[in-house]
Amino acid sequence: MPVIPLTAQVQWSIPDIPWGAISPELVLFGTGILVLLLETAGPHRLRASALAFLAAAGGAAAGYGLTGEVTWPALLALAGLAQLALTATWRERPRVLSALLSALGIVATLGVVAWQWQTLAGGELLATQSGLADMVAVDGVALFTRVTVLLAALVSIPLGWSYLETRRIHRAEYYPLLLFAAVGMNLLASSQDLLMVFISLEVLSLALYILTGFAKRDLTSQEGALKYFLLGAFSSAILLYGIALSYGIAGTTNIPAVGAAVAAADTPAALAVIAMALLIVGFAFKTALVPFHMWTPDVYQGAPTPVTGFMAAATKAAAFAAFLRIFVGAMGASQWSWIPALWTLAAITMLVGAVLAVVQDDLKRMLGYSAVAHAGYAAIGLIAATREGVSGTLFYLLVYAVMSVGAFGVLSMLERRQRRAVSISDLAGFGKRFPVPAGMLSLFLLSLAGIPGTAGFMGKLAVFRAGVFAGQWVLVVIAVLSSMIAAFFYIRVIRAMFMDDEPDDLETFELEPTPGLSAGLAASAAIIVVLGVWPTVVIDLAEQAAAFAG
Amino acid sequence: MAAVYPLIFAALLFSVGVYGLLSRRHAVLVLMSIELMLAAVTVNLVTFWAIAGDALLTGQVFALFVMAIGAAEIGVGLAIIMLIYRNRASVNIDDADLMKY
Amino acid sequence: MLAEYLPLLLLFIIAFGFVAVSLAASSFLGPKNPNPTKRAAYESGIIPGDETDPRLGRFSVKFYLVAMLFIIFDIEAIFLHPWATVLRDLGWFAFWSMAIFVALLFESYYYILRRGGLEWE
Repeated sequence: MPVIPLTAQVQWSIPDIPWGAISPELVLFGTGILVLLLETAGPHRLRASALAFLAAAGGAAAGYGLTGEVTWPALLALAGLAQLALTATWRERPRVLSALLSALGIVATLGVVAWQWQTLAGGELLATQSGLADMVAVDGVALFTRVTVLLAALVSIPLGWSYLETRRIHRAEYYPLLLFAAVGMNLLASSQDLLMVFISLEVLSLALYILTGFAKRDLTSQEGALKYFLLGAFSSAILLYGIALSYGIAGTTNIPAVGAAVAAADTPAALAVIAMALLIVGFAFKTALVPFHMWTPDVYQGAPTPVTGFMAAATKAAAFAAFLRIFVGAMGASQWSWIPALWTLAAITMLVGAVLAVVQDDLKRMLGYSAVAHAGYAAIGLIAATREGVSGTLFYLLVYAVMSVGAFGVLSMLERRQRRAVSISDLAGFGKRFPVPAGMLSLFLLSLAGIPGTAGFMGKLAVFRAGVFAGQWVLVVIAVLSSMIAAFFYIRVIRAMFMDDEPDDLETFELEPTPGLSAGLAASAAIIVVLGVWPTVVIDLAEQAAAFAG
Repeated sequence: MAAVYPLIFAALLFSVGVYGLLSRRHAVLVLMSIELMLAAVTVNLVTFWAIAGDALLTGQVFALFVMAIGAAEIGVGLAIIMLIYRNRASVNIDDADLMKY
Repeated sequence: MLAEYLPLLLLFIIAFGFVAVSLAASSFLGPKNPNPTKRAAYESGIIPGDETDPRLGRFSVKFYLVAMLFIIFDIEAIFLHPWATVLRDLGWFAFWSMAIFVALLFESYYYILRRGGLEWE
């Protein structure tokens, strides 16, 4: 064993921080902190806001003085001014203020991501400079996933607003937690280092554990949070063990270097396989692949409904991005060892998810099992391990995010009137009474089923095509079979809404969608239709995006 | 080779954590089991750093992050357990069975 | 090289075997007739009982809250140690990095204070 000099003669130098690469996270995180600060300030909200504006202006001035750049200091100062104006306008209604600021922050982040994409398309890879030891990659996979995550988060704000408001559990922590979860997801999507993978995974998980238990008085919500926490922490520990072994193999945690070390001839195969297996198990927990899906139905059922939609959509997207980066991107050379394992997991996942969804009566639980099946479909692109596979998975996850946020959004509206779990029989006659929300729910369900003309069909087509081209046609046959089973229970819900008669003892009720809720749902529905009819532009973008930083 | 012993120790510690997690019903003891698993990983990381001796000290830095994040995780976990305790006066995880197949 | 890592494979087998055997053995072989002597103190001196019985919990739940907050803030200080060793080399950059970190830490402290997390009753 070599002796390591503890006071090493290493010349420590200031790390070169790629600010441009992590700017989306910085914007999101800054907004989160600001919202939290304004929340705690209470009646002194305006004073805190002025302080934040001064800090932003000072930062802008310092930035201009140090770097001579004009664009971003100007934007920073402008953002500070905007929040000051918003705070002054809404200082009497802190919840509105929090929601507006968070939405603004997410929109700004989308702008930053668009700028990154522009720079990327222009040929300058913003990615992985030295210094921070190649921690963050800004490549197509990261950017595409960021857009998916941010869209889901943006729609979750108005959905959460009206849900929390009518259930009288509205606390302003919802918004910062949502933003912090989005920070973790963004970072996970672009992690180029296993250390970063672990940190970002924990950031997003910790925020989601709390969001799951957000309905404090609701016993199912608490129970969901406990189960999510215990199994989430367990899976993190397993993943971490896999990361430690990978570090042992490679002597570094840089993902491409780990991939190269795993494929190297002199690496002990047993150790490499164990490390890979632990990584797969850890990620399978996070993406809910059978048999590591036990938590999914309980957590999806227990969590406040808008949170469920966000969790299903965005967590899956971010975790799959990291999954793709580690396995397809870095360990492509040792495909022989991980493809069979993932193949098996995906095949069981699709079948078990679809079959168990059929027997559910609670709608949220049914969608939970359907989310399990959908993770299986998304994994096909991963198993194909080709460029088409990666772009297929990316596109599929975007489509799934929109469908799932939309479907859970309509459900959250229904749940408010019932104040309890929505079962399929509760929906009888819903279509006749409220044709518009029922129509939207039908659209989302049809899209989840993958009926042609909806975005869900295009998404499935993309991953299935990639699977067939990669020679995984058996898996695709299983997927088609699973989709057929799944179509049954989606259509059962639609039939209940439009064909079944209303029960006689129905309480009178009104749906009171807030403008934000309507806008969010309408936008999701529009995306589903547009992508279902004319997906070329987005598919092209996904194909461009299907590349990893080296 | 001497480095094997810490690795064996870490693997055993990890197994004890897994065992505790599967067999304990008191939620706080389950939390402690998770901490054991994280501690095992920390031992692993430092050992591998000693073998590889990489100049960036990745193993040590990673170990620090594992500790810090482990503490945050325990904080959130205890908060959730307290929430449940206040409502049911029980922290037995077998009692959490409102949702079934 | 390969031989060096072979023990690791072995220890995985041992480790998973240990879990399986302990779980199986304790459920099949373990005698199920507790008496006062057998139930005497173990587990670091904490007197065992039904571990899920809240009446036997000696610690107030509030204790957990304070302990939790203490642990979080205590452990976050872990980053100060490596920082202190390289502060001289890195200069003001390191200073301001830590200033931002501490500011964020204080923000959360302020949040807890405002939310009444530090009040005993």
